[in-house]
Amino acid sequence: MSGKPLTIDELAHHANKVRITAMAMTHHSRLGHTGGDLSSADILTCLYLGEILNVCPDKPAWPQRDRFIMSKGHCSGAYYSTLAARGFFSPSELKTFMDPLSMLNGHPDRNKLPGIEANTGPLGHGLPIGVGVALAAKMRKESWRVFVLTGDGELQEGSNWEAAMTAQHYSLDNLVVIVDRNRIQQGDFTDNIIRMDPLADKWEAFGFAVREIDGHNYGELMRAFESVPLAPGQPTCFVARTIKGKGVSFAENKPAWHHGVPTREQLELAAKELNVELPW
Amino acid sequence: MVDTVAIPPSAAAKLFDCRDAYASALEEMAATDQRVCAVVNDSVSSTKLKNFSTKFPDRFVNVGIAEQNMVGVGAGLANGGMVPYVCGASCFLTARAMEQIKVDLGYSNWNVKLCGMSSGMAYGQLGATHHSIEDLAWTRIIPNLTVVVPADPQETDQVIRYSLEHNGPMFLRISRMAVPAVHDPLHTFTLGRAIMLHDGDDVTIITNGVLVSRALDAAKALEQQGIHARVLNMSSIKPIDADAIIHAARGTRGIVTAEEALTAGGLGGAVAEIVTLHHPAPMRILGVPGVFAPTGSAEFLLEHFHLTAQGIASAALTLFREKQ
Repeated sequence: MSGKPLTIDELAHHANKVRITAMAMTHHSRLGHTGGDLSSADILTCLYLGEILNVCPDKPAWPQRDRFIMSKGHCSGAYYSTLAARGFFSPSELKTFMDPLSMLNGHPDRNKLPGIEANTGPLGHGLPIGVGVALAAKMRKESWRVFVLTGDGELQEGSNWEAAMTAQHYSLDNLVVIVDRNRIQQGDFTDNIIRMDPLADKWEAFGFAVREIDGHNYGELMRAFESVPLAPGQPTCFVARTIKGKGVSFAENKPAWHHGVPTREQLELAAKELNVELPW
Repeated sequence: MVDTVAIPPSAAAKLFDCRDAYASALEEMAATDQRVCAVVNDSVSSTKLKNFSTKFPDRFVNVGIAEQNMVGVGAGLANGGMVPYVCGASCFLTARAMEQIKVDLGYSNWNVKLCGMSSGMAYGQLGATHHSIEDLAWTRIIPNLTVVVPADPQETDQVIRYSLEHNGPMFLRISRMAVPAVHDPLHTFTLGRAIMLHDGDDVTIITNGVLVSRALDAAKALEQQGIHARVLNMSSIKPIDADAIIHAARGTRGIVTAEEALTAGGLGGAVAEIVTLHHPAPMRILGVPGVFAPTGSAEFLLEHFHLTAQGIASAALTLFREKQ
């Protein structure tokens, strides 16, 4: 990346390219998670292309790197697109999404693709791993940080709250949890499955320094990520209010688009609405 | 038909708790290797890591009663360059965290060592909830996960020290039942290699863990009847010593396996897979036969399921006679 920070407009353009690429991948494989790809694209873009994360694509295993853990591993379309845009591997690989023997599994595999920190897919795995990475930094007196992106429905898995208790007990101020609060899970709106509110209060009660942010406002996202830890000696949680399917009119806020697959016509319409070209 | 074999009383041997050997090996390794750390689930005393926690407080993590988290934390510590020993009662560690063991350790292939303590039926009186007789079947089928069941303090010490050299996830099953020393002091543990503790060409007994000493007593009793039993300590269940198994299937009249676990999916299953594919031979699989064990002391339960020198010798004798 260049040394010059991206402008808000540039971040928006990159995020929309991530969106359309993820949708094209899902169109290609006839499988994918469009809704969450679109809700998380702005968060991922700010972390990687906004250069919040201190990572080195040429040396993905550089020991001092910041770690990002994609706990909502099903949103691999947006994740892979972002990693490719950041230079971890060639964007041409994205066209192999879920193909036989592809490096791009439906869910990320660290042993296949550079830049992946943890194999995720089953929910509730990322935060315990993130706690372990943060503890390792403390033990080794290293300054790396750990960012974990979770879904909101994912927080119904109890392992997250086990990990949250450990994070606060060990004062892991090098750990940042970002919740993609799009209010929709596979089956329905979270409110109709298991109510998650008051979500920020839950994290606060578990000992996190919490801030609710607009997960699609680049300025707000960048300011939030640049200000971690929010409190010394405490892990940080950002509850990012997002819209599932964000940026594509026919997919926005519709549970059916959790793993909806776009047709070619829908893909072209999405590109038009996002004001970006189709990747292939 | 059950054949009976008189078991001569053996001289009172000194007995050991293998957890002591494991804990002191871990402390010595941590003193010289800054990567060594421990993760427990409020199990400081049962994992015998009190000294470790005092000596290395910065490398000791107690996550509380949270096994899924505990295994995930182990994977994260490995990501951060540490070598974590994740230690807890085997019944909770394996059963509660099975998906984390599969995904975070096996599939991810992180260098994490799971120490399943007080395994088998060591918590006899506490009931089936606290028995861990399923863990061998659950762990040995997970790709990348190495599975070892040491038999005595010497082997436990060697297995723990070996685990630091081994780059990959391991499940180490460590009992709290008192056992005698069964190995020659000069013996060294080699992963994937069975240890022949008693030679014989009539019948083979393959076992591990707390049953090894009982198998040796069985072999001595059979010797008095003129039957020469080979006893293999198969501490390394995965990888398993296929050559030693095939050699036994070819060179003796059959194989008796004995394990402090369910008869399905454990050591007996692993041996049967090799025998079936390479050299079909008569077998007896001794263990807990597909039931939840009742309550009772560990010794009582071993007697109850005939996992004794008498039970092993009888099975070997029956198999030997059937083949004649």
